[in-house]
Amino acid sequence: MTNNKLKLTAQIFRSLYRIRRIEEKITQVYPMDKIKSPVHLSIGQEAVSVGVCEALEPQDVVFGTYRGHAMYLAKGGDLKSMIAELYGKVTGCAKGKGGSMHLIDKDHGVMGTSAIVGTTLPVSVGYALGLRYRESDAIVASFFGDGAVDEGAFHEGINFAALKKVPIIFICENNEYAIHSHHLRRRLADNMCERVRSYGIHARRIDNADVFKIYRFVKKYSMLIRSGQIGPVFIECMTARWREHVGPNEDFDFGYRTRGDIEHCVKNDQVQRLRCLLPGPVADRIIGEVETEIEEAFQFAEDSPFPDGVELFNDLFREA
Amino acid sequence: MHRVLSYPDAIREALDQEMSRDDSVLVMGQGVDDHKRILGTTRGLLEKFGPQRVFDTPLAEDGMTGVAIGAAMAGLRPIHSHIRMDFVLLAMNQLVNMAAKMSHMYSGALCVPMVVRSLIGKSWGQGAQHSQSIYPMLMNVPGLKIVAPTTPYDAKGALIQAIRDNNPVLMIEHRLLYYQRGYVPEESYTIPFGKGRVLAEGTDVTLVGVSHMAIECLRAHRYLREVGIRAEVIDPVSLNPLDMDCIFKSATKTGKLIVVDNAWTPCGAGAEIIARIAENRMLSAIECRRMGFAFVPCPTTPTLEALFYPSAHKIATEAYAMLRPGSPAWEPTTRLDVEEVEFKGPF
Repeated sequence: MTNNKLKLTAQIFRSLYRIRRIEEKITQVYPMDKIKSPVHLSIGQEAVSVGVCEALEPQDVVFGTYRGHAMYLAKGGDLKSMIAELYGKVTGCAKGKGGSMHLIDKDHGVMGTSAIVGTTLPVSVGYALGLRYRESDAIVASFFGDGAVDEGAFHEGINFAALKKVPIIFICENNEYAIHSHHLRRRLADNMCERVRSYGIHARRIDNADVFKIYRFVKKYSMLIRSGQIGPVFIECMTARWREHVGPNEDFDFGYRTRGDIEHCVKNDQVQRLRCLLPGPVADRIIGEVETEIEEAFQFAEDSPFPDGVELFNDLFREA
Repeated sequence: MHRVLSYPDAIREALDQEMSRDDSVLVMGQGVDDHKRILGTTRGLLEKFGPQRVFDTPLAEDGMTGVAIGAAMAGLRPIHSHIRMDFVLLAMNQLVNMAAKMSHMYSGALCVPMVVRSLIGKSWGQGAQHSQSIYPMLMNVPGLKIVAPTTPYDAKGALIQAIRDNNPVLMIEHRLLYYQRGYVPEESYTIPFGKGRVLAEGTDVTLVGVSHMAIECLRAHRYLREVGIRAEVIDPVSLNPLDMDCIFKSATKTGKLIVVDNAWTPCGAGAEIIARIAENRMLSAIECRRMGFAFVPCPTTPTLEALFYPSAHKIATEAYAMLRPGSPAWEPTTRLDVEEVEFKGPF
């Protein structure tokens, strides 16, 4: 492995492993009822957020969904603020008023996550329009699930993005289920990219959530978008949610899917894959650092106070 | 000499001045750059500011509201127009779930400085889907400001205030107010939100009229003068925030209050204002009435449409019955000079 490749692999592994372990820590803490927010975990889907965000620049911004822990962390969102937010503490990224489904870290380009499926799509397009109007060299990465593709807002948003050629990459994290509804019960054919191409947008599917493939795709197209050579691009990343739709548990015993259905994704786990690519001491050092950081973040959340009552009415409006 | 402008020209001037002052101001919406230019209110803007700042949109009210929200988050100040307020119903998801929530949900990390302009239709058979006035639904949403200026002076001042506000503001423009002419200063100015106006002073009954109903209340005020009743007319101007002090003060003086909604009465501005009076023990003796649209969809035929809307005639009749209980019923004879109310100002 070349030095550059080793560096990149280590960097991607750190991000993947960190997200996985944070989510696992949440599942351990969740039964203690310290987390005052429903959690939609990213376990199994980390490679999409990491592959995309590692290829972005610091000035780029991301928009995402209620299943947004991975995106928030992969883009550099502050870990302590996130865990404190889940705990409902005043030190959280939204002072405890947003919770797990509404994470924000403007300083690191995380422009919010929404619980209403598809709603951030046109908003992210509007943000990209604003970037282009200001001749910024930043671009937008807009994350959503396959359920969002059912929504009118998706089609309204991508149509306008194509029309105005705004600087944006659309990332569909296709885990095949909108809550418990399989995507082929919600649409006639498995042809998302074909539908997107009909709007005049370059679209590509990546089947096995290969983190390097996603990284290379975004690296290549983000440069073309940034330099104004092309308009929006769409990437459909096939992936799998390993846990239940909401909550810390597995859900293979309820009849809507089986463990076998996601087996190929588990075998193809990018966290394990990258760990094996790295020399043992490098991986071990990263693991040690990440574990310490996670412990500190949860301790920070534990130690932080809840917001005062005065916060209830604060920030309803932005004053002049 | 006080300069007189029409209501749409006052809006056009506000847009022109704000776009000249601040290059973050954009005008978007269906028809903003067509030959009609939203009844003239966006006239000349495309030519002066170009297609990056003045652009037509696809028929995608919800999506385009989202685009405006995103642009606002990126530091721009978009003004999104709807040629009929009925179409704002298609944008409710973005308005309520996104625009209204951003500042509070993220504890001030984000804000959405955007204006949504919406026109309300009336008469010439606008019918069930071109006449609706859905501000009561939106008064129920924390995080949205709502302004419904009645006079050309307030139209200009409110729009400039709305553009400079760092929050989503819904501006309601009644189509029939487009015939109003009145004093409008040439220079740029704002009017504060949450400040009602006493349009006519009186001592016997308080008439609060929302949007175009303020005009109907002014007409009723003139009819009532014929029978010796002095009605005070209040235009709340903004509905969120709502200037209850102005209404409390007047209703305390007159002891009688009629609120005329430019909408259906259930859960409307009238319901809200009268509930706040009922909650105030000092004001419990005030006699209150609500008026508004008949609680059915708006019909097109003129005979039924006339029954559907409150009018100066109906407001005067109601006020008279309230003030002179037991007297023989009275209703005004329509006078053309009263029906053509214009604001001469200045305020």
